[in-house]
Amino acid sequence: MKTVKSSFKFHGGVHPDYNKELARDKTIEALPLPKTLAISMSQHLGAPAKCVVKVGDHVAKGQLLGERNGFISVPVFASAAGTVKAVESRQGAAGSWADAVILETDDDQSATPTVTLPPLDWKTASKEELLARVDAAGICGMGGAGFPTVVKLSPPPDKHCEYLILNGAECEPYLTADYRMMLEHADKIRTGVEIMRKVLNGPAVRIAVEANKPEAIAALEKAFADIDGNVEIVILPVLYPQGSEKHQIYATVGRLVPPGALPISVGCVVENVGTVAAIADAVVEGKPLVERVTTVSGDGIAEPKNVLAPTGTTYADLAAFCGGEKEGVRKVISGGTMMGFNVPHLNIATTKTTSGLLFLTAKKVFQYSSSPCINCGRCLRACPMQLNPAAISKAVEADDISDAEANGVMNCIECGACTFGCPAYRSLTHLCRRAKNSIRARQAAEKAKAAAAAKK
Amino acid sequence: MLPKQTSERYILSSSPHTHAKSSVSGIMLDVIIALLPALCCSAYFFGWRTLLITATCVVTCLVVEGACRLAMKRENTLGDLSAVLTGLLLALNLPPTIPLWMAIVGSAFAIGIAKQVFGGLGYNPFNPALAARAFMLVSFSEAMTVWSNSSWKIAAGATVDATTTATPLSYLKTFATAAWDKAPAADKVLNFANGDFIQSAFLGNVNGSLGEVSALALLLGAGYLLFRRVITWHIPVSFIATVVLFAFVNYGMDLNALKLAEVHTFSGGVILGACFMATDYVTSPVTTKGKLIFGCGCGLLTMLIRLHGAFPEGVSFAILIMNAFTPLISRFTQPKPFGAK
Amino acid sequence: MSGILVAVLVIAAIGAVAALALAIADKYLAVQEDPRIGLVTGALPGANCGGCGFAGCGDYARALVAGTAAPGGCTAADDKVSAEIAKILGVEASATERRVALVKCCGTRSEAIRVGDYNGICDCASAAATAGGDKGCRFGCLGYGACANVCPKHAIRVEDGLAIVDKRLCIGCGKCVSVCPRKLIELVPAKATIHVLCNNPLRGPEVNKVCGVGCMGCHLCEKNSGGKEAGHFTFDRFLAKINYENPPTDSMLVDKCPRKCIREDAHFETGH
Repeated sequence: MKTVKSSFKFHGGVHPDYNKELARDKTIEALPLPKTLAISMSQHLGAPAKCVVKVGDHVAKGQLLGERNGFISVPVFASAAGTVKAVESRQGAAGSWADAVILETDDDQSATPTVTLPPLDWKTASKEELLARVDAAGICGMGGAGFPTVVKLSPPPDKHCEYLILNGAECEPYLTADYRMMLEHADKIRTGVEIMRKVLNGPAVRIAVEANKPEAIAALEKAFADIDGNVEIVILPVLYPQGSEKHQIYATVGRLVPPGALPISVGCVVENVGTVAAIADAVVEGKPLVERVTTVSGDGIAEPKNVLAPTGTTYADLAAFCGGEKEGVRKVISGGTMMGFNVPHLNIATTKTTSGLLFLTAKKVFQYSSSPCINCGRCLRACPMQLNPAAISKAVEADDISDAEANGVMNCIECGACTFGCPAYRSLTHLCRRAKNSIRARQAAEKAKAAAAAKK
Repeated sequence: MLPKQTSERYILSSSPHTHAKSSVSGIMLDVIIALLPALCCSAYFFGWRTLLITATCVVTCLVVEGACRLAMKRENTLGDLSAVLTGLLLALNLPPTIPLWMAIVGSAFAIGIAKQVFGGLGYNPFNPALAARAFMLVSFSEAMTVWSNSSWKIAAGATVDATTTATPLSYLKTFATAAWDKAPAADKVLNFANGDFIQSAFLGNVNGSLGEVSALALLLGAGYLLFRRVITWHIPVSFIATVVLFAFVNYGMDLNALKLAEVHTFSGGVILGACFMATDYVTSPVTTKGKLIFGCGCGLLTMLIRLHGAFPEGVSFAILIMNAFTPLISRFTQPKPFGAK
Repeated sequence: MSGILVAVLVIAAIGAVAALALAIADKYLAVQEDPRIGLVTGALPGANCGGCGFAGCGDYARALVAGTAAPGGCTAADDKVSAEIAKILGVEASATERRVALVKCCGTRSEAIRVGDYNGICDCASAAATAGGDKGCRFGCLGYGACANVCPKHAIRVEDGLAIVDKRLCIGCGKCVSVCPRKLIELVPAKATIHVLCNNPLRGPEVNKVCGVGCMGCHLCEKNSGGKEAGHFTFDRFLAKINYENPPTDSMLVDKCPRKCIREDAHFETGH
């Protein structure tokens, strides 16, 4: 075990105002159980889970609410004991609508025993058992995208995982949830690492942490001090988007993931530190993933906090726990300020991927106004994917999606670095996203057409 | 009837939700600040007329910009300061003796024809100030190439020839090739190079356009722009390096050639062009490789025009010609995505 | 004087030679084209809207003459035009029914709530992709004019946050239908005069929360138009839909609708 400095620097990146001091020193606090929970069936990337309860059912904490529905999907569990009031379509943080189980929680939670999976001893359990447990506990990436973890941990037979990279960069402004996890639950992260190492046939481990979190690095160093094997803590320079999968792989082990390829193609698996802790819980204690730490912060909330809340907690309940909104909140963001989603109201519930909830007043809000591009090249300098956002945005504005595609828009990771520095305040990221969406829609249509033709 | 709004309305916008707070007007202001030393130098050497010409150009540009936007029923863009910058740059490209009405016509051309006709800032293919200078050079060629001025202060070390009749470049014009030393006026040219020319050019003692008077003041401004990260080093360095290299090779690659290369660099519009005109965002390539190609192209064309063209000075035309190639250069120098082989 | 004369003569001579060359080229390099193509193109409305599925009127005319397309494919043409084309081609004319676009929403800013202040690119697709759109009703018109921007006839205008089609100008090309992110524009027969301007199939209370003029599926319109047997209306969950095979004509329905979302054509016509 040793601590090293990253020796690879990728192109671009920006330095937004981090504002982490608002919540960084706040110990994780558990939220008192809210009266109602809205547990979405679509908390992850891929197909929504299939709801298996109906209105009027009484469910125990940890009971299955939705079963996995396809290969890229994960099951959903009840995060408290209670009665199903409704199964209805609810708006998620990203703006899309999905079925959610509306649960009225019991006042006496101890009356209904919590459903857990049998605890496993990871040292003696087989690889298959551990993998099945990650699958059964409904674990997906908790960094933001929500990719099913079991899929990541099952590389195709011709690929070998050489590096397991732990993402503790947390480069998004305001967010401190992962930081607090590293500080307070470093031992749990260590257990998770050892489990994952076993599942992945003993890869080298790299723990990537940004240099602005020295306390977290110290805590991890202590927890991992006596670990055997090839384990290193890699200190990354403070730069957004250090937490992007591809960039983190480059910064830690110097490998480049080709466009369109997955990290496993260069022998790497990247997992968020929160996810790793969830794996430890699922194996050691048999707990399915029904809660997570969410940073509630911003200049528009009375008391910024790091809250451990059951999934399905509405944003209104989180805000109330943190002293409520201050006067003059103009923006509410689910996630960080660089990649988070604006939400229109607080009747939206947390999911397994809700890393933060930010309340910003007019002081911290800037207005978009699209004046013409002046070709200054700041977006090219900022783009960590080395694209030309100026050219792409102009192509999209001219409705020339094929030109945007030729400019490599599909490589865009939507990190927002281009828009962040644009002096003309153009919505470059949004235009890239639009191009990606229409290219994906076209590809899906072509695929469907080909499938239909094949049927004939 | 409108249903009751249940909660306060928040702003909805797409990510990111934070900004570096840079702005177009901020960038323009930085460039204007960077040009102030040159303007002050010019005012010192050429007198109050410098300020009069500059004010005329700036005001005309603002008025024409406002009128054009009004006529096109588009939003007012005076606030982005680009019109002020165009006026200032044009003024610095004019000789101190220029009649004011010509400055007005030139400014109107710069904003009206070279900029707003194409849709305004961001859409103009050519640098408006340079396009106007080229337009004035062919329209009012006499007024644009007379460099004598009564208010010219004869500083110590400068020859009378250099200050009253022509720019050093018009001397060099006669000796386009390596055979320059066989020409009758060779001594005169060498005098430039040998004497205190470099020193005076640097501090501001060379005849020429308003803004060309002091290389030091210009380089000071360029340094500010580099420090503020408004421009990158690629275009100025490749531009000036090409000029130096071309002149050095052209004049026979000896000590005298080096001196003449210095004359080429520090007289005329090379410094002004390389640091302030060729680096204009809208009309120069956006990629790093493209910027290097653009700078080299400007340097090459400048020297070809200076030595073989009809005019003694070629910076404006060189940059304008390269402006036309900008989209092409950008297209062929697209960066490769991260991770692509 | 003689200089001018020489110049004139030289130019005239060059012109004559060039004209001769063109005349020869026209004769010997001419491409043989079916003369009917020109006639059909002339008969078509010339809107080049692409509503027929071809690249423009010329392209469609070529396909018609080649026999790969049937007359009546032109959405902008009326029966007279189709008959004329059929005459040129010497085939049987099939009757076409003029269809026009209909925006199935009447939730203006003063009738339907907005849940947020949208700040971004002024375009429906962009607004819809930002937190699901700023309109409270997720089925309703966002009013950022994507349809108006693609309309070749400028038949769509946005008023008070709602797109409105001018039936008299619409040629039924369907461009607006495909560009609407909410998919609430439909091509309906031009002769139908009564329309349900709502696209929200949810229950009444849900609709009520976001819109003052949303259909709640009360079936009153069906009752007032002669009941289910009359077949003027169909229902999708809690949303009434006009059966355009058999549209109602009684303007009384408009007044009787408790939600005021049944409207008559007069509503669409431009005020100017």
